[in-house]
Amino acid sequence: MAKKVALLQGNEACAYGALYAGCSFFGGYPITPSTEVAEVMSKELPKTGGKFIQMEDEIAAMASILGASLTGAKALTASSGPGISLKQELIGYACIAEIPCVIVNVMRGGPSTGMPTGPSQSDVMQAKWGTHGDHPAIALAPASCQEIFSETVRAFNLAEIYRMPVQVLLDEINGHMRERIEFPEPGDLEVVDRQQATVSPADYKPFDDSQGDIPPLASFGSEYRYHVTGLNKAADGFPTSKPELVDAEQRRQLRKIEANRAAIEKNEEYLIDDAEVIVVAYGTISRSARYAVDVLRKEGIKAGLFRPITLWPFPEQRMAELAGQAKAIVVPEMNLGQLILEVERVTRRVCPIEGIGRVDGEPITPAQIVAKVKEVL
Amino acid sequence: MSSRYELRFSGAGGQGLITAGIILAEAAAIVEGQHAVQSQSYGPEARGGASKSEVIISNEPIDYPKATSVDACLALTQEAADKYAIGIKPGGMLLIDSDFVKREPQGDFKTVKFPIISTAKNEIGREIVANVVALGAMVALTGIVSREAGEQAVIARVPEAFIELNKKAYNTGYEKIKSLIA
Repeated sequence: MAKKVALLQGNEACAYGALYAGCSFFGGYPITPSTEVAEVMSKELPKTGGKFIQMEDEIAAMASILGASLTGAKALTASSGPGISLKQELIGYACIAEIPCVIVNVMRGGPSTGMPTGPSQSDVMQAKWGTHGDHPAIALAPASCQEIFSETVRAFNLAEIYRMPVQVLLDEINGHMRERIEFPEPGDLEVVDRQQATVSPADYKPFDDSQGDIPPLASFGSEYRYHVTGLNKAADGFPTSKPELVDAEQRRQLRKIEANRAAIEKNEEYLIDDAEVIVVAYGTISRSARYAVDVLRKEGIKAGLFRPITLWPFPEQRMAELAGQAKAIVVPEMNLGQLILEVERVTRRVCPIEGIGRVDGEPITPAQIVAKVKEVL
Repeated sequence: MSSRYELRFSGAGGQGLITAGIILAEAAAIVEGQHAVQSQSYGPEARGGASKSEVIISNEPIDYPKATSVDACLALTQEAADKYAIGIKPGGMLLIDSDFVKREPQGDFKTVKFPIISTAKNEIGREIVANVVALGAMVALTGIVSREAGEQAVIARVPEAFIELNKKAYNTGYEKIKSLIA
């Protein structure tokens, strides 16, 4: 049977991806350019017994998804710059209390109110360092509407597997643009559900790492009772300031990512094998870069595209390998130099690295990238 | 070889140009099975301000989702014509509403003049369908989707009670332009 197809906005595709993954709770507060995610969830969730709540503000929205997730629901919120800034304290809470959830950030110009209808990629560093303290971070940056659907599904999987918040970074362009989507049938994409506690309620400890770095999370409100706090905690969930326990807990949280990089990282490489100039681009701007690479190849210039789909953790090893073969690297991004810092760090600058930054609310064009590649060669 | 073809619908916010772009993209991507990307840019105002909607149609997957050099552009207001006709490629086409665009943009492209909004108001009886008149006109001008595919996409998009009104708007726009450029 032919698959169901539709012309969907990226934001709509994101919402349908969340539903495919089994999301049953959305708590949010509308903000341009993310509102269509909430609109679709408000229409669709009630049909399947899920809950949609428009909270009083973005902070409460973030709190609501943490509460929902603790009860066992797959939970989603969506916002943009100012709203994501407000959520930061509770994103940290999700990290330390190890609560799975997905946060969609449809990036717009900033800081502050900035440019509500203008695209941006300037929250890349915020996605890693926005909340205080050492903490793990996973952020995904899909490029097309179809990929927004599938990466939202993957975001839920990663949140459940690693018991932590996961961010999906879109921008005003790919959030609002429309493309043809083929809806995957159930089973076409992997959907990971939460690991259930196997010990008895009396023996359950929410942070017992004796069986591994990711202890199962029992559903709050069931027969399992436990303590949840933003303080550093011991295995039973109650606060502790014992240096050895705090140290072990902090290191375990980072190890959830570091030990599983291969399973979390995802990249796309285009015409990279013989590339002398490598364009590193993500999200919407990777589409400008791909166009530019085709133009350059037609002119006989060996250009290739390296597209991290997982931005955090950054694909350090592969990036460093590619830098070894390249004469130069060009990093176009709709900010004034964020992911380029990571490229410079992990490659130890073995070749010249040039950025293209744009913050005027217009996308970086293929022509800009073509010109920069010619300049660095 | 990529057949990338770029269309731009421009005017003022609230004139329904984003909807016109969506319907064209649906005609191409859903009805005809071509590749299409529709995008838009607009200011923070709900009404007014220059607004544009772009549709890229190709026989291959589309990477850059915005226009690079526009094959065909529609402008319903002077402000939109001044701002957005610049991107038309040599040999391209510009369709303007002759009642509202008095200073014709100059360039190496063919300009077609037609009173789109007054046609909607006086011949169809509802100014609100000016965007669908414009859509029919752009399909006739470019031939980028078939007349039937465009009509099918219009029917799929509008509420039942307004199908006849919109079909009339679409076909009027189509026929007026066909006779103009014949």
